[in-house]
Amino acid sequence: MSVHKVDARRLLCPMPVIRLQDAVKKAAPGDIISVVCTDPGTMSDIPAWCRINGHRLQSAVQDGSEYFFEVETGNEP
Amino acid sequence: MQRKAVSLISGGLDSMLATRVVMDQGIHVEGINFFTGFCVEGHTHAIRKQDQNKQKRNNALWVAEQLGIKLHIIDIVEDYKDIVINPKHGYGQNLNPCLDCKVFMVSRAKQWMEENGFDFIITGEVVGQRPMSQRRATMPIVSKNSGADDRLVRPLCAHNLPETLPEREGWLKREALYGFSGRSRKPQIALAEKMGLDDFAQPAGGCCFLTDASYSRKLSDLWENRGEKTYELDDIMLLKVGRHIRPRPWFKLIIGREEGENNFLNGYRKQFPHLFATSHTGPLALVDGELRDDEDRRLAAAITARFGHGKKADSVDVTLENTDGTGMQLKVAPISEENLPREWYV
Ligand code: SF4
Repeated sequence: MSVHKVDARRLLCPMPVIRLQDAVKKAAPGDIISVVCTDPGTMSDIPAWCRINGHRLQSAVQDGSEYFFEVETGNEP
Repeated sequence: MQRKAVSLISGGLDSMLATRVVMDQGIHVEGINFFTGFCVEGHTHAIRKQDQNKQKRNNALWVAEQLGIKLHIIDIVEDYKDIVINPKHGYGQNLNPCLDCKVFMVSRAKQWMEENGFDFIITGEVVGQRPMSQRRATMPIVSKNSGADDRLVRPLCAHNLPETLPEREGWLKREALYGFSGRSRKPQIALAEKMGLDDFAQPAGGCCFLTDASYSRKLSDLWENRGEKTYELDDIMLLKVGRHIRPRPWFKLIIGREEGENNFLNGYRKQFPHLFATSHTGPLALVDGELRDDEDRRLAAAITARFGHGKKADSVDVTLENTDGTGMQLKVAPISEENLPREWYV
């Protein structure tokens, strides 16, 4: 299992979701994608995207103006 | 063998219904949503502080979740430029190239369909719904020019159009599709009710900022004054933010209207020269273009001063910072109302 980092700061939705989607495509099932964003919309979009596409959101944390997510990739791309 | 369809999900009601109609016939459907940079979703809400408590859901994701389908969001920002800059079929009421846009999106969906082993494409188009892109005459143009031909199904108005491949092959029952037409939304609302769907988004004008008159005016102004029809993603994002004031053809100021916008503009300090008052609190102003001489610099500073708390002061200290970090201090009187003509507002 490896951890991939995605820096989506300053990007507005849906760009952070697209960056996460691209990272998931390149990762193996069970890998962790760790994403940092500044658009507060990601707090609703990233969890929704994970639910829809079968990936597991391990954590979603706000720290000041930044939002941190950890996503475990599911079996399907 | 279970057939598979890819559906263009805009986040609005029509594509949601069209998808459900096809799913109800036992077809496996996945959604595709295109990001052009002009989409209405999210952005302005995310930027403006006063809007941050409003609902921020992404409607395309929401629709996919309601339907229980996967959604693939595709970044088409680069390729889409040519559609906006040189639309073969021209623009609608504003700078919306709807017909070319539809053709392009369906052709990208076709590409996706082929790459992923899917069988056909669904859109929520309805004959006669939109003056430009959804007329009876333009429906075949979209099918043909996109290359999708009879693999493009519009379940909501299928009865008004020739039979498609999925119908001929028996993958879809034609009688279970619909024959909606015209601008009325009643049939869609009734169908949504029947399907138990509610809380859906109903965009009034269209799905993107190019249908917005004031946005289109800002984009035209950008093209005119740059002397060429081009844009970058940052340009079109910035058109959604702040006051745009053009005192001279060679420069315009983008001035934050509130904290959220100022924060957003702050992120561009390394890309644009910018001004801000230091003796009083006030907004950040980005300079798009060049300040050619002292007169330009003083004018830009006087306008910046006017939109801060020093508005009524005799003199305001303003810092002008270049992208390389160099800069200068200016002491100016805020520009008066009479000297700031309406025509400067883009
Ligand atoms: S409104 Fe915008 S996104 Fe929708 S068809 Fe027209 S140009 Fe394309």
